Amino acid sequence: MQTKRMTFTGSRVLPYLLLAPQVIITLIFFVWPASQALWQSMLRQDPFGLRTTFVWFRNFERLFDDSHYLVSLKTTAIFALGTTVLSMSLALLFATQVNRMIRSRDAYTTFLVWPYAVAPAIAGVLWWFIFNPSVGILPYMLEGLGYDWNHRLNGTDAMILVMVAAAWKQISYNFLFFLAGLQSIPQSLIEAAAIDGASRSKRFWTIVFPLLSPTTFFLLVVNVVYAMFDTFGVIHATTEGGPAQATTILVYKVFRDGFVGNNLGSSAAQSVILMAIVIVLTVVQFRWIERRVNY
Amino acid sequence: MVENDRWGNLLAHLILILGVAVVVFPVYVAIIASTHEGGTFLRGVMPLLPGGHGWENYSTVISEGRSNAGTPPIGGMLWNSFVMAMMIAVGKIAISLLSAFAIVYFRFRFRLFFFWVIFLTLMLPVEVRIVPTFEVVASLGMLNTYAGLSIPLIASATATFLFRQFFMTVPEEMLEAARVDGAGPMKFFKDILVPLSVTNIAAMFVIMFIYGWNQYLWPLLITTDDSYYTIVMGIQRMVTGADSEPLWHLVMATVVMAALPPILVILFMQRLFVKGLTETEK
Repeated sequence: MQTKRMTFTGSRVLPYLLLAPQVIITLIFFVWPASQALWQSMLRQDPFGLRTTFVWFRNFERLFDDSHYLVSLKTTAIFALGTTVLSMSLALLFATQVNRMIRSRDAYTTFLVWPYAVAPAIAGVLWWFIFNPSVGILPYMLEGLGYDWNHRLNGTDAMILVMVAAAWKQISYNFLFFLAGLQSIPQSLIEAAAIDGASRSKRFWTIVFPLLSPTTFFLLVVNVVYAMFDTFGVIHATTEGGPAQATTILVYKVFRDGFVGNNLGSSAAQSVILMAIVIVLTVVQFRWIERRVNY
Repeated sequence: MVENDRWGNLLAHLILILGVAVVVFPVYVAIIASTHEGGTFLRGVMPLLPGGHGWENYSTVISEGRSNAGTPPIGGMLWNSFVMAMMIAVGKIAISLLSAFAIVYFRFRFRLFFFWVIFLTLMLPVEVRIVPTFEVVASLGMLNTYAGLSIPLIASATATFLFRQFFMTVPEEMLEAARVDGAGPMKFFKDILVPLSVTNIAAMFVIMFIYGWNQYLWPLLITTDDSYYTIVMGIQRMVTGADSEPLWHLVMATVVMAALPPILVILFMQRLFVKGLTETEK
């Protein structure tokens, strides 16, 4: 790791004092709970919480035999994929269009960035209202098209609802990164291709899009992490995992099994699996950023 | 611009106007809904033009709340959100500045070890370790306190990394000059490093304020006393707390009040916000 060539040498205690607040908070609220989760994931409590036994990896084995958990894994994958694709493709579309503009660029940017400030839970409530079967506007319009929308009964409708809400909030983030990525592409490359007679769409797919790939990979990881973990509010404030668990993503299941179902061993085992997923995604992301892939 | 293509530009504007419309639509609907009286929503689909009851809806949520459904007036919840967001933003910036200073400007034993301990926190969002973190906070007696709301969320490595990155770009000559003039480490930190970092601190503040304001799961878990509810989690209580259909006009008035402060922060500090976002995460 890099350091300054020249450093302060006189005081031996000072650096530890400076680090103390951050390290103490990290130890109490991160390292300790995470190790507790690891420990609890190997324990099982009887229903009254009177006796606890050490069961090694039985909680994990039980999870992977549990059809509810496997369904929830699949739900999470669908949800993460759908949210990521929806919000990234819209953001890329908007970013390429804004990037053509000269005078109106800032105005459009302002209009497109503010949803970043809306909390996921609020985004959920907003779309829940729009999709509400009795007062919402979209079900009314869908009815005109002959579709009977009801996210309270229909699992697919509920999934679409939470996906739209989660993707809507994330558009602004993706948009900003795509716009920054587009602006760093040298104009000379695009001009050279234009002189050689490449059409606009050919220039986009053969020059711009490949040069944008570091941004795209970065956003892909960030969006998957967002969809898996930060969307708890979207789901909890609207569908509450229903109907019939159609929108129970992994994070929501950890919460419900731990706090509502009081099944601590299983909830801890699920936490451990989630931590493993986050760590893998972070490592993948760092490797990609280090290499700065282009093609 | 490589070629001048008028129809293409027109199409681009069309796409963007449609895009902006989609992005703005949910909030437009919320604002409209918050200006109608409750009865409107019993009659079927909500209207798309503003009604005349905005003033009374907003004054109801601010002064009375819905005491019968267990949600307090939103004034207190807005205040709690503000306190929580400020504590998180200021706290994160303060402890990160100090630890980044230690990591960049000192050589000491276990430096790499501490670097990794801090780095670990980057990886794990609160959501994946909620049950054990809750137990820790409960055993420290921090349920229903501002400290419990904010301190566990202060530990995150993003700000430390941003400041470390920035400190690495500060010229070595600054330190040499300060030492020649006889300034100690803390004087260097206070009079040179912090003033140089003002833009970065402001950018970080915007991001962290929004992060703190929008917290949902954490306040939901550790507050049972409604005088500590934050506004974002309070909305959930309003929506699901009552058995009947939610009172949409009041819910939407609250939604608008809850979303407004962070949106204003972004609109007024857009440049800092974009800088903070694109530089911390890369």
